[in-house]
Amino acid sequence: MISIPWTARIALRALRVNKMRSALTMLGIIIGVGAVIAMLAVGTGASRQLAEQMATMGSNLLIILPGSQTSGGVRTGFGSQTTLTLGDAEAIQRECPAVQDVAPIHNGTAQIVYGNLNWSTNVMGTTGGMNAVRDWPVGAGRPITDEDVRSSTKVALLGQTVVDNLFGGIDPLDQIVRIKKIPFRVVGVMAVKGQSVMGQDQDDTVFVPVTTAQKKLFGTAFAGMIRQIMVKAKSAQDLDPAEKQVTELVRQRHHIGAKKDDDFSLRNLTQMMQAAEQQTKVMTLLLGAIASVSLLVGGIGIMNIMLVSVTERTREIGIRMAIGAKTWDIRLQFIMEAVILSLIGGLMGLAAGITSSEVISAVAGWPTVVSPFSAMLAFAFSGVVGIFFGFYPAYKASLLNPIDALRYE
Amino acid sequence: MKLIEAREVSKIYPLGEIELKALDEVSVTIEEGEFLAIMGPSGSGKSTFMNIVGCLDVPTAGQYLLESIDTGGLGRDELAHIRNRKIGFVFQGFNLLSRTSALENVELPMLYDGVPARERKEKAFTALKIVGLEGRGKHHPNQLSGGQQQRVAIARAIVNQAPIILADEPTGNLDTHTSREIMELFQRLNGESGITVILVTHEADIAAYSRRTIRFLDGRLVSDRLTADERRGSETGVGS
Repeated sequence: MISIPWTARIALRALRVNKMRSALTMLGIIIGVGAVIAMLAVGTGASRQLAEQMATMGSNLLIILPGSQTSGGVRTGFGSQTTLTLGDAEAIQRECPAVQDVAPIHNGTAQIVYGNLNWSTNVMGTTGGMNAVRDWPVGAGRPITDEDVRSSTKVALLGQTVVDNLFGGIDPLDQIVRIKKIPFRVVGVMAVKGQSVMGQDQDDTVFVPVTTAQKKLFGTAFAGMIRQIMVKAKSAQDLDPAEKQVTELVRQRHHIGAKKDDDFSLRNLTQMMQAAEQQTKVMTLLLGAIASVSLLVGGIGIMNIMLVSVTERTREIGIRMAIGAKTWDIRLQFIMEAVILSLIGGLMGLAAGITSSEVISAVAGWPTVVSPFSAMLAFAFSGVVGIFFGFYPAYKASLLNPIDALRYE
Repeated sequence: MKLIEAREVSKIYPLGEIELKALDEVSVTIEEGEFLAIMGPSGSGKSTFMNIVGCLDVPTAGQYLLESIDTGGLGRDELAHIRNRKIGFVFQGFNLLSRTSALENVELPMLYDGVPARERKEKAFTALKIVGLEGRGKHHPNQLSGGQQQRVAIARAIVNQAPIILADEPTGNLDTHTSREIMELFQRLNGESGITVILVTHEADIAAYSRRTIRFLDGRLVSDRLTADERRGSETGVGS
């Protein structure tokens, strides 16, 4: 059988003869491959961003919120019934073996003043457990201690955004800020955390001891009330046991009968994140699938042109057959043409895809990631398209009767 | 030695109810080294016969043996292989690949036979030299005259050392002078290299270069004699 390099040479020569036609046929593949790569880049970028944000959230996290309350058939939202107490949080830490750390949270919005500057932000009353629960270390200074919680000391840890807005270049440590006009000593600055999954600036926060928040800043409807409890399980495998243990314990503490609903709700943040990740993956797939439609259309364009080419070159096929070309010699020649068209188109589409995903990044501000895998996939797929759509015209050519083909004008 | 043997070869095309007998029980034997002309008016079956001889087609009935091999049971690729190794075609319209140099055109049969590149090039050079086109290897068909193109086609026909040249109206598109040159080339190849030349023509002048002439009429073989006798016969107005 005829050699592959020779077939490639013949194919290239044939493609050069109709430059415009070859270029236009390639354009279909260029757009197809480019679209697939750009869409996959958008999807991959989105899921990578999500993964990064998930990492900032802290891992193996459970969140306990006060339950909804039903009054006269009207169900108010979560947190409307304030049932959680600091005691619950302490009990969870003490009694649930699958739990590693607990952070009770009592928060609200308040204005902070330093010198002649002020800033409104989220003030979070919590304990030292928060650093471990959210994988969020203190950047400078010290964390909230048990002693701070016991004595409701007026100390604060600032997020970086708060520092930037109140202290222009001054070291905030040991400075006095006023929260709701009450003086607090800054004992620490949190490490930079970045955006949350919802796009919130997590560094725009001030931490104070939970008891201080209860007694001095936001008050409580009843003694020891807190707004939520964050729980970190010991490992991913401990998440389910932790969920069970926490539910059981809190039901017990709240004296809820066996047939009654929880008066709190427990959310598994990791599960929520995984669901979100799954969603992004589905979106990526969907975008890729839509883009592959254009690759398919490009392939049909190749088939169309190859059919025209076979008809135009009937006589050439006849000559080759008379001289001794076998079935597969003819087939290979035309398949090779289609594959070269689609591979060159694929390469150019690769460039187009990378360029356009950068343009999307720059213009729309979405993160895009062209993974080597998606690039390889799109390129390989373009080759497959060439073989697939080149086969029928090649097959048709190989079945021509040499006598008729030679006589064809 | 018997090179070609046709035993009651028929080619029948079904045309709805009726059948068209393009060839009707033709039996011919051609020896190695012959120079044979096939004559007859159009529709006489000479082209059909030539296609069968050239292994482009197989008979519907009867047997066609080339070097004692019956082509009747062979598939497309086996016929292609025989064409490649045994038969060199020369056509009226030259049938060279355009946009392909003369040298590459001559290389073509060897390409389908898997001959290595260097050997291919050497053999193609030699073949071009034999037909008197030394130094024209790089020219493309559209840069060559009709006679030169036909020489390239002849070089392509002999390059694979095929024992048979099958020439279908090889001078149909050429002027008298060039026709004579081409026919003399065939004579030389037949005489010097012992290649069997089978020529299809309807021109007596061209058939005159052969040694034996067979005539077809309505699908049947009607005469088979030495060309010299044939000419004497037609000059005196005596048909077969």
